[in-house]
Amino acid sequence: MSAKITNILLVGVGGQGILLASEILSETCMLAGFDVKKSEIHGMSQRGGSVVSHVRYGAEVFSPIVPEGEGDILFGFELMETCRSLGLLKPGAAVVANDLKIAPPSVLMGQETYPEGLVERISAQFPDFLLVDGQKLAIEAGNPRAANTALLGAVSKRLDIAEQYWLKALEKMVPRKALEVNQKAFLMGRSL
Amino acid sequence: MKEILSGNEAIARGAFEAGCRVACAYPGTPSTEILENTITYKEIDSSWAPNEKVALEVGIGASFGGARALVTMKHVGVNVAADPLFTLSYTGVNGGLVLVTADDPEMHSSQNEQDNRNYAKFAKVPLLEPSDSQECKEFTRLAFRLSEQYDTPVLLRTTTRISHSKSVVELGERVTDLAEPTLVKNAAKLVMLPGNARVRHPLVEERIARLSRDGVTMSLNRLEMRDSTIGIITSGVCYQYVREVMPQASTLKLGMVHPLPHDLICKFSAQVDKLYVVEELDPFIEEQVKAMGIDATGKEIFPLCGELTPGRIRKAFASIGAVLAPPAEAAPEKLPPRPPNMCPGCPHRGVFFALNQLKAYVTGDIGCYTLGFMPPLSAMDTCICMGASVGMATGVTKVVSDEEKKKVVAVIGDSTFLHTGVGGLMDMVYNQSPATLVILDNRITAMTGRQDNPASGFTLMDEPTNRIDFPLLCKALGVKHIRVINPLDLDQTRRVLQEEMNRPEPSVIITDKPCVLVKREGVFQKGPLYAVEVEKCTGCRACLKIGCPAIEWRPAGDGTRKGKAFIDPLLCTGCDVCRQLCKFDAIGRTK
Repeated sequence: MSAKITNILLVGVGGQGILLASEILSETCMLAGFDVKKSEIHGMSQRGGSVVSHVRYGAEVFSPIVPEGEGDILFGFELMETCRSLGLLKPGAAVVANDLKIAPPSVLMGQETYPEGLVERISAQFPDFLLVDGQKLAIEAGNPRAANTALLGAVSKRLDIAEQYWLKALEKMVPRKALEVNQKAFLMGRSL
Repeated sequence: MKEILSGNEAIARGAFEAGCRVACAYPGTPSTEILENTITYKEIDSSWAPNEKVALEVGIGASFGGARALVTMKHVGVNVAADPLFTLSYTGVNGGLVLVTADDPEMHSSQNEQDNRNYAKFAKVPLLEPSDSQECKEFTRLAFRLSEQYDTPVLLRTTTRISHSKSVVELGERVTDLAEPTLVKNAAKLVMLPGNARVRHPLVEERIARLSRDGVTMSLNRLEMRDSTIGIITSGVCYQYVREVMPQASTLKLGMVHPLPHDLICKFSAQVDKLYVVEELDPFIEEQVKAMGIDATGKEIFPLCGELTPGRIRKAFASIGAVLAPPAEAAPEKLPPRPPNMCPGCPHRGVFFALNQLKAYVTGDIGCYTLGFMPPLSAMDTCICMGASVGMATGVTKVVSDEEKKKVVAVIGDSTFLHTGVGGLMDMVYNQSPATLVILDNRITAMTGRQDNPASGFTLMDEPTNRIDFPLLCKALGVKHIRVINPLDLDQTRRVLQEEMNRPEPSVIITDKPCVLVKREGVFQKGPLYAVEVEKCTGCRACLKIGCPAIEWRPAGDGTRKGKAFIDPLLCTGCDVCRQLCKFDAIGRTK
């Protein structure tokens, strides 16, 4: 195991299930034998605000938050929030984003419009950019609610952790009756 | 066995392993999840108190009764609990007592960022500060031992980044060799009348001196010598940041931040060329180190405000050439902000809409409803601390003109009213303020994640219990005008508010609709959903004025300001408020 620390940021809108996704990710890292830390701000997360969750793993992790400008992978659950967090990344970082737009209050109220051209803005700065239609994959897997797991599958491909640990973590964290669909969604995302 | 635990989960685990029998708290971010996790251990009696003072008093009683007790709160909660804390310092404990203060540097979810390490110095009690979840568990166990060994309450201080970060924890077993609780009378120690207290005070001073001496050899204070050109004294999450940014520097990691182990600090400073103190908020350690006559650098280069981060620490060290400067920060992407918002169907929305229309001067309080400050509702004018709305309304009406007195309305939630608002209402009636008080009774402590309270009818352990009758309580306090309204009925809400605001006597309006997030069966029920009839919608935007996240403006797309409203069926709860705003009958129930 090298001394390298991998820094992952999971970003989106409160209520999207980001905390559960980051729990599954952290569990996977631990099962694979890494030291892992994660951090996020609770409290406002249910009220539709921006959410950023930090996950770091490696041989020995100190800070629970990703040092500014050192993010290796950005896992975006929503396009505008993905774009908002680009500054946390290092040059050459990978971005995996859900092809989903959730209007913020000012857009809902018609004071401004949802920004155009976000995909181009992201890919111009980070060529290693994968846009995933999480919802579509989840429906194909059998349940639209498994979208986050499909996205996690796409992210997993970019991390040096064997498939078995991911599946083990899913088994531990996902309720039994939803497990099969989530495993399927995960593998579909992973094969992208 | 290893598990990934948050700091809060680890503290709960530590309390369990330490043989703790009683845990008591008032919820407050970032401390809330500690008690939500102690309930998973059947050996611990866990309960919500109406406020932090009561929580600590319950803990003190359990301690005097001979059991180990854990009391938890957010930083500002200690202000409320300070009264018993300062005298508990004199009496000491019987069973160990640990008070967790969860501080919130950066104010992620708080009204100030006070540094509660100062309480340890002020109350003359030891304070431990863990730097990750493993230490949260270990320090909790240790805190109980120290509490009994030194006959003192022990403060365990976390910060948001410790409480809400998760890391790997090795679990241990619960201790089983503790004495059974029993009543033991010891009035000279526990009755703090002047004669007895004068005997106790010197013992408190001796205790803190002894802890400072013993701290030199305690394993929680750790001297780590690496390169001796730079030495850093630090604690808590800052230790982790320092190791990240300055891996070669020597560190003195303090697990006990009060009292400081003076001899260890002298030893460390003598072994390094240049000494730094890295700590968030106040120069708590730095000032004491300097008072010892030791030269150290701290707040000259580190900010006093906000939390520290690896980046901010790197920037500070770079400013004196100790490390390479971090790469220039990328300019933030220009994007619409995404602030938190009241939920779709929230019963508070209509009240603030009406208050806005009535141009009320609203003394506000702490809870989800503080979001009533934000546009488009924009109907809150003050927010100071838990319960402040009521007394402040009385104060405002003492000084403004009779016409302006009619504008003064205090707004407070059910849990906050019971926390420290009742005393304010007592005063409002006693001193006959003409202000109006609105109690937003949504049957839950919503902001911190839906905790039960004395008006919800259930305990933390989910047992049914008494539910406070607000009208009866207000009546007992002497309020003559008590109105219970449906806050989802805009006409009624506006009319009753207007009537009571005009009344030159104290009056109380109680809103009677539950939080939409309450999961307990039969409390909140979704109504039939609403939809916009596109043909009838004139695009007048009246329904947008309540700022409901379920209502979206869809521009016509022809470059004009024209467009129509749309209701997201996945978000709508059927509260009916938007329908009442539509003059064109364009909003109706779906089948």
